[in-house]
Amino acid sequence: MDVVNQLQRQFIDYSASLHREGFLDDQFTQLQKLQDDNSPDFVVEVASLFFEDCEKLINNMARALEQQQGVDFKQVDASVHQLKGSSSSIGAMRVKDVCIAFRSFCEAQNREGCLRCLQQVTHEYSLLKNKLQTLFRLQQQILAAGGSIPVVE
Amino acid sequence: MVLAESGFSSPRNDAFPAGLRVLVVDDDPTWLKILEKMLKKCSYEVTTCCLAREALNLLRERKDGYDIVISDVNMPDMDGFKLLEHVGLEMDLPVIMMSVDGETSRVMKGVQHGACDYLLKPIRMKELRNIWQHVFRKKIHEVRDIESLEGFESIQMTRSGYDLFDDGHFLSGDDTTSGRKRKDADNKHDDRELSDPSSTKKARVVWTVDLHQKFVKAVNQIGFDKVGPKKILDLMNVPWLTRENVASHLQKYRLYLSRLQKESDIKNSFIGMKHSDLPSKDSTASFGPHKAMNMIPDDVPNGTYSFSASNSLAQNVDLKGQGDLKGITSAPVAEPKGALSIDIHDSHEAKSTQMSFDHSLGSVDSAVSFASFNSTTPLQYPWTEIPEIQFKQECEPLHLENGFSQLPLPGPSMIENEANRSRIEVKPLLDESRSNFVEHLGPVGAEDLFPIQSKSQSLNNQVFDLISATKSSMKTQDVGLNYLADSEFALRNLNASGVGVPLATLSEDLQICWLQGDCYPMNYGLQDLECSTNDNPALMAETPFHLYDVLRFDHEHLFDPTEYYAIDQGLFA
Repeated sequence: MDVVNQLQRQFIDYSASLHREGFLDDQFTQLQKLQDDNSPDFVVEVASLFFEDCEKLINNMARALEQQQGVDFKQVDASVHQLKGSSSSIGAMRVKDVCIAFRSFCEAQNREGCLRCLQQVTHEYSLLKNKLQTLFRLQQQILAAGGSIPVVE
Repeated sequence: MVLAESGFSSPRNDAFPAGLRVLVVDDDPTWLKILEKMLKKCSYEVTTCCLAREALNLLRERKDGYDIVISDVNMPDMDGFKLLEHVGLEMDLPVIMMSVDGETSRVMKGVQHGACDYLLKPIRMKELRNIWQHVFRKKIHEVRDIESLEGFESIQMTRSGYDLFDDGHFLSGDDTTSGRKRKDADNKHDDRELSDPSSTKKARVVWTVDLHQKFVKAVNQIGFDKVGPKKILDLMNVPWLTRENVASHLQKYRLYLSRLQKESDIKNSFIGMKHSDLPSKDSTASFGPHKAMNMIPDDVPNGTYSFSASNSLAQNVDLKGQGDLKGITSAPVAEPKGALSIDIHDSHEAKSTQMSFDHSLGSVDSAVSFASFNSTTPLQYPWTEIPEIQFKQECEPLHLENGFSQLPLPGPSMIENEANRSRIEVKPLLDESRSNFVEHLGPVGAEDLFPIQSKSQSLNNQVFDLISATKSSMKTQDVGLNYLADSEFALRNLNASGVGVPLATLSEDLQICWLQGDCYPMNYGLQDLECSTNDNPALMAETPFHLYDVLRFDHEHLFDPTEYYAIDQGLFA
C-alpha cells in the first residue's frame, strides 16, 4: 500500500511538473478522463499515434527544407500546420508554440528561420516523448502494484 | 425496406440523440482516434475515415446512413470546404468543420460554405455532446417545409406523382434505385408522418446528377440573376420536389460556384502570367489574368478566335460576374470600323451585384477604346467564349488602358473583315444566366446588345478587344495563349455566373471543354493552336449563338455528370 501511495504521489508530482513546465496542457487531462474500462490504454495509444505522426511530419519538413534548388515553403507550412493540429490533440503545448513561430518563418520564406524552428521542434518533441514515457512507466508501476491512476486536475 | 433505407431506423432504437450516426473525417490519426472516443462517450455511432474521398464514397454508398458529418478543414486529398459543398449539394447533411486554425476569415468561409458549426481544436466533450442539435434543427426545418402551405401543395402533387411510381417501382428498390425514387419513398413516408414531426423521416432530397442537371438547366434558362426557387421549381417540372428543396440547393450551388470562381481566378492569374511572354504588342494591360491582353496584337482582333475557343467555355461563363463582365455582350459594336469605344465602366456597375469577383468592369475605367473593333455589325461572338471576362475579374482595374490603348487598331478594313467574319453574336449574352454578359444585358434588354455604347461592359469590350486583338494577330502562338487564357477566363466567368457546371480546375476544365467543344480544334497547347481565323469564322457563323444553343451546348458538355463532379474533384464516380 505504501508503495502504491508512493508511486501515486510520484505520479501526481510528475504530472504537475509537466503541466507547470508547459509540456502538457489541459487537453492531456481530458484524454486521461476519456480513458475507461473500454479502452484502458487509451492515453498510451493516442500518445503513440502522436509520436508516429510527429516523426513523419518532422521528416517531411527536413526533406523539404533540404532542397537545394528551392524550398517549397508551402509544403513545409502544410506539414507544420498538421503538426500543430497533432500537438493540440494531446496537449503538447511547447511543440505547438514552436509550430506557431515556425509558420511565420514559412510565410516569410525564411529558410534559416525554418531550419532553426525545425531544430527546436525536434528537440521539444524528443523531450516530450521522454517525459511521457516516464509518466507511462509510472502508471504501469502503479497498476502493477495494484493501485489506480490518480487524475490530476 | 423503405424504412431500412430511411436511415432513421438505427437512431430510433435509443432515445435521440443517442445513436446519432456521425461520420468523422480527419487526416490526423491522433485526432481521429480521440474524436471517435469522445463521440462514443456521447453514445453516438461513429464512423471514421481519414480521406475526404473515402468519406464521400461512404456517404454516397449509404445515402441515408449518416446523420451528420464532422470534417477537418485541412486535408491532403481535398479541401474541407470542397467536401462540405459536396455533402451539402449531394446529401444535404449537416456538416461541422474543425480546425486548429481559428482565424475569423476561415471560420467565416466555413459558414459561407454551409457549415452548421465550426469547432476549434482542441475540441471539448461538451461541444461534441451538442452536435445533435444541428441534426434536429435540420429535421425540423424540413418538416416545416413540408407542412408549409406550398409544401402541402407539393405534397399533394407528389402524392399523385407517387401513384405513378407506386407498386414496385421504388419500394422494391434499394441502393440501386435512383435517388429520385428513393426520394419518392421518403416523401411518401414523410407524408404519413407529418403529424409527428419528431419522428418524421427527413424528406431528404437526394440530388442526383440528373436532378442537379435539371436544376442547373433551369437556372440557366431563367438567368442566374433572376433566379428564384419558385421559378426553378416550375421549370424543373419535378413533381415531388418542393420549393424549399430547391431553395436550399440553390444556396449551396451559389456557394459552390463562388468557390470555383475564386479558384479559377487564381488559376487564371497564373495562366495569364504564363502568357506574358507572348509577343504582344504592347500589352501592358494587365488583365486579371492579364497577359492575355498582352497578346493582343494591334491588328483587329479576330473576334472569332476568342469566341470559338470559348464555346464550351462560354457555357461556363459565370453569371456571377454579373457586375463586371456584363459588358461583354454589347461589345463595342458602336461604330463600325471605328475604334470600338467601349466604355468600360458603364452600366456594369449598376449591374454588378453578385459578382463574386470584384473586378467589376467598372473598374476598368480605362475607356478602352477598341478602335479596332469596328463593329458595324453587332459583334457576334459566342460569348461563352469570352473568358476575357475572367481577366477582368481578376484584375482590378484592368490596366486595360494600357493594353487597349496600345491596340492599334488595324485599318478599318481589317476590322471590317474581321467583324464580318466573326459575326460574333452578342445574343447569347442575353442569357443572363450565361454570364456576366448576360447579366448586363439582363436589365437592358436584348437590344442593348448590339449597340455597343455604354452598355457594353468594359469587360465585354475588353474581352472583345482582347480577343479580337489576339485574333487579328493570329499568331498561332498568340492565339493559343489567348485562347487558353480566354478559355480560362471564360471558364471562370462561367463558373462565376454559375451558368455551367463549375469547372473547378481551369486547366482540366479547359481541356475538357475544349475536347467537348467541337468547335475548337485547338489543343490546349500553344503549339497546336490551329484556331485559325478560318475556323473561327465558321464557328462564328454558327452563331448567332442563341442562348438556348449555348444552353444546349452547355448541357451537352457541361452537364455531363462526370464532368461536373469529376472535373471538380474527380470524385464523382
